[in-house]
Amino acid sequence: MLKEDCASDLKVHLAKSLPLPSNVTRPRIDLIVFVVNLHSKYSLRNVEESLHHVDAAFFLGKVGFLATGAGRESHCSVHRNTVAKLAHTYRSPLLFCDLEVEGFRATMAQRLVRMLQICAGHVPGVSALNLLSLLRSSENPSLEDL
Amino acid sequence: MQPLALLLILFVAALQRGKEMDETVAEFFKRIILKIPMIEMMTILKTWGFLSENQLQTVNLRQRKESLVQDLVLLCEEKRASLNDAALLDIVYTQFHRHQKVWDVFRMSKEPGEDSDLFDMEQFKSSFKKILQRALKNVTVSFRDAEENAVWIRIAWGTQYRKPNQYKPTYVVYYSQTPYAFTSSSRLRSNIPLLGQALTVASKHHQIVKMDLRSRYLDSLKAIVFKQYNQTFETHNSTTPLQERSLGLDINMDSRIIHENRIEKERVQRVTEETFGHYPQPRLEFAQYKLETKFKSDLNGGILAEREEPLRCLIKFSSPNLLEALKSLAPAGIADAPLSPLLTCIPNKGMNYFKIRDK
Repeated sequence: MLKEDCASDLKVHLAKSLPLPSNVTRPRIDLIVFVVNLHSKYSLRNVEESLHHVDAAFFLGKVGFLATGAGRESHCSVHRNTVAKLAHTYRSPLLFCDLEVEGFRATMAQRLVRMLQICAGHVPGVSALNLLSLLRSSENPSLEDL
Repeated sequence: MQPLALLLILFVAALQRGKEMDETVAEFFKRIILKIPMIEMMTILKTWGFLSENQLQTVNLRQRKESLVQDLVLLCEEKRASLNDAALLDIVYTQFHRHQKVWDVFRMSKEPGEDSDLFDMEQFKSSFKKILQRALKNVTVSFRDAEENAVWIRIAWGTQYRKPNQYKPTYVVYYSQTPYAFTSSSRLRSNIPLLGQALTVASKHHQIVKMDLRSRYLDSLKAIVFKQYNQTFETHNSTTPLQERSLGLDINMDSRIIHENRIEKERVQRVTEETFGHYPQPRLEFAQYKLETKFKSDLNGGILAEREEPLRCLIKFSSPNLLEALKSLAPAGIADAPLSPLLTCIPNKGMNYFKIRDK
């Protein structure tokens, strides 16, 4: 993500889980991406527990889920639908990307930076909420039944 | 006319000489040589040391393998190779391909206070062979010395009435300055007690015990049992956490990346290093835990929780390199550090088979 050309000042915080250590001052967080490794149930459980610590305001377009490892289906212990349901419950977009593949990684980085710029309010005329409703309308309608 | 007759006689004589090798031995040679990959052919034959330099130079390595094998068998016949020579070749092949066998580990012990006589290799060999021959009448025993005062023993088993089966031998690697012997797992299980007895008596020990340790990697078993695995090697990337290496970025350098859990990550690194060390781990392919414990559950009730009898289950961890995989679990975020001592005790205890019961 840092390799992308971006007019704004981009900072990435990496955390294993939430809540973040409270003894640090940090700038405003514009986007939270929860990375779920489909090969590990531990990863999913970690994300589920971390979600409880996120302020409700973030779910208005400032949260996304990124599932990795779907390419190697034999290694997956978490089903696609499980993550899809989770994302649906939290009304947030779900992206799939095999982070181990260089090409996919670069494309996903581009998308995330674009999303981040919108969420930070750096793109005039588009807000995080706009983006969310745009993304949601392209979702598979059958997910609503879940 | 006369020269032709002479030629005929010589030719016949040559044929006769060739036929002096037993057909079964010739077949045995053929099968061993067929096993050897072409790339290794010269190396293995040279290590074997039975055929001379001159003979080896006459061999055409570019022909089809079947023809090469025929040529080599002929050379062996010319030199009057015996069953024992064939057995030695088999040992050399196995030494080059030790990973094809699964090795068990045996530990011998002496009575406390017993004199440790100076070990005599020749006496050991002759005693070992005699014990087996006395018990089984039909058995082929061959020895090949190796470094570190070790000896490779090959045993082809027969019975009172049947000739030894040369195609299902057992190999034993005995380190004479230690109480340890490594044996290739054999399907002919009934011979193991006899083998144990022969080893114990011939090496002047009193008892032999099979350790709960098994692997294909003989050198790793050696490293574990002789405690030689904790030497630091100069690998340049051994201390870089795995997940960062795989992402191909020098994440630590860029100031725009903030690690929120840096303290925790450092703790995990430290604990992992304390447990596993800086050095490459000895190579094992699996660890097996046989549990016979009562079922314990956080949830109240449930059918299993009410059982009085212990729940039996078998848990097996497999990996191309189990200990390295375990070492990478906590840094990769897949497990909490420190890992369970049941996993980390494997090299220290020299076990990869565990039986766990309620205390």
